[in-house]
Amino acid sequence: MPPLLRRFLVLCASIFAIVTFNFFLFHVIPGDPIRLIARSQRLSPEQVAKLREAYGLDGSIFSQYLTYLKNLAHGDLGYSFALHENVGDIVGRALVNTLILLTVSTTVVVLLGIAIGVFAGSRQGSKSDSATVVTSLVFWSLPTFWVGMLLVFIFGVWLGGLPISGITTPNAEYQNYFQYIADIARHLILPTLTLALVDIAFFVIITRTSLIEVMSEDYMLTARGKGLSQRTMVWKHATRNALLPVVTASVLYISALVAGAIQVEVVFSWPGMGLLTYNSVLARDYPTLEACFLIISVAVLVANFIADLVYRRLDPRVAVA
Amino acid sequence: MAFDVSTNDESIDVPPSGFSAMLRSIWADRLGRIGLILLVVTAVVAVLGPFVFPFNPADVGADSSTILQPPSADHWLGTDELGRDVFREFLAGARISLFVGIMATLISTVIGAGIGIVAGYFMGPLDTTLMSATDFFLVIPALPLMIAMGAIFGQNLLIIILVIGLLSWPRTARIVRSQTLSLRQRQYVARAKSLGASDARIIRRNVAPHVLQLIVANTILVVAGCILAEATLSFIGLGDPDRISWGSMLHFAFVSGAVGLGAWWYFMPPGLGILVVVLGFTLVGHSFERIANPRLKGE
Repeated sequence: MPPLLRRFLVLCASIFAIVTFNFFLFHVIPGDPIRLIARSQRLSPEQVAKLREAYGLDGSIFSQYLTYLKNLAHGDLGYSFALHENVGDIVGRALVNTLILLTVSTTVVVLLGIAIGVFAGSRQGSKSDSATVVTSLVFWSLPTFWVGMLLVFIFGVWLGGLPISGITTPNAEYQNYFQYIADIARHLILPTLTLALVDIAFFVIITRTSLIEVMSEDYMLTARGKGLSQRTMVWKHATRNALLPVVTASVLYISALVAGAIQVEVVFSWPGMGLLTYNSVLARDYPTLEACFLIISVAVLVANFIADLVYRRLDPRVAVA
Repeated sequence: MAFDVSTNDESIDVPPSGFSAMLRSIWADRLGRIGLILLVVTAVVAVLGPFVFPFNPADVGADSSTILQPPSADHWLGTDELGRDVFREFLAGARISLFVGIMATLISTVIGAGIGIVAGYFMGPLDTTLMSATDFFLVIPALPLMIAMGAIFGQNLLIIILVIGLLSWPRTARIVRSQTLSLRQRQYVARAKSLGASDARIIRRNVAPHVLQLIVANTILVVAGCILAEATLSFIGLGDPDRISWGSMLHFAFVSGAVGLGAWWYFMPPGLGILVVVLGFTLVGHSFERIANPRLKGE
């Protein structure tokens, strides 16, 4: 079996596993799922009976599971009694906002992290190198949500000037599309800064370690022998090779990224999947919470798969194995 | 040699053994020493603090003039949104945060080390099955899963410990398995086996002692992760309402709008507390790892 196909089958199996896991977590374990769904609102007995039928809860566990799969295949994620809307629509909007936040912050985190890591690694043992390492360890030890709270305090209470909540200014009127984009960009500053402050450390440490390893390779000695400048050696020759382990490690980062994004969205009321998760926890809105968990997990599985593809492309040696 | 059945004939990198030797070598490492100091300070605060300055959650302020007051002689770190003393609350929170972090780590280590040793030792289909499960839990984003489980099973200390502990083991399992696999190839295992030793005995006598150091190093790092996980879960609002941790303090500071009101004395101490513990465990863990695995030296 070609490795690519094998990886794809593993992905499908994992998605199937998470869907099944999700079913047991939300539908089987808590006892009566309708009570769970309706915990936030009082329902009449007729409504409960109707829900039971809609979710196939009158049948055995197996037939319930089939109904669940069927609904899912039709994109039916259930109905939120807290928000009075189809969960699918709510999640769709939130997902777009989260993707905006993740695209911008991940770009910043990865680029800055690699740059700082190369900077520190190429000066191994120097004062600036150990300062970078210690700073990274300190920031990596900070709870992301607390860094967000500090920034809200500094920029919302002390200095002012930067928006600390939401994705756009409420009731703002835009003359043109650019103003709208600019407004979103301003709201992105603090959430991105929060994620960057904590998460850059991850890429700094990995890039640095990897670069130090590459610098001791024989071909770096050759490069030095050719009389290349330190700068060309580090940035042109060493960095390229040092990036492979960074790509591998970024798979580990995906989970941290998701956790960080949830916290940042909560602190800055960014209307994405994280804030939706938080609000559905507070409102005990289980259908929405369930959909959030399912969508986030599937997205992470797919992201892992893509990272793996990229890695295979970058390093042909893996493709053979 | 043929009759030598001693287990120590092959030198495995087993640097300083014993607790005090380990402590001494961490102390010799600059960052490790800082970490140890941070941990000792936290431990003293968490253990003794609540005895000297007990915190009573019901001890709320008399009227609205007592809430969110800045630090004063009466209240060294001011008051919270219910007029309670933040300093005492902070000391009580230290205990809960550390307790949850350490208990969750114990659960995670037992599961992770168990799965890792069994998978690595027995290999074959058992290994494949266990590692597939491990990889599955490794890629599932932990925080959303913890949030979902916390919301379903309810909010109390035991559930939080279980949820964090049951979801933090996959990396430990991976690390322990690969070490066990390499130990298993060593000759003394084959020799013990040919002498008729049972699997249980070989694992107990020849495998477990040699992965122990690795497990300890990993455990110290896992504590840091578990404490952060507890803080995050409690911040989301899934903490035990009766046992306030640093994370729940930050939750109440956040939802009561203390940040917007500029009540720094309320949200600064718990955050700094988390930073100190997590950094302490991280520094000691990395230092331990460097000592236990000399290949990492010079980093």
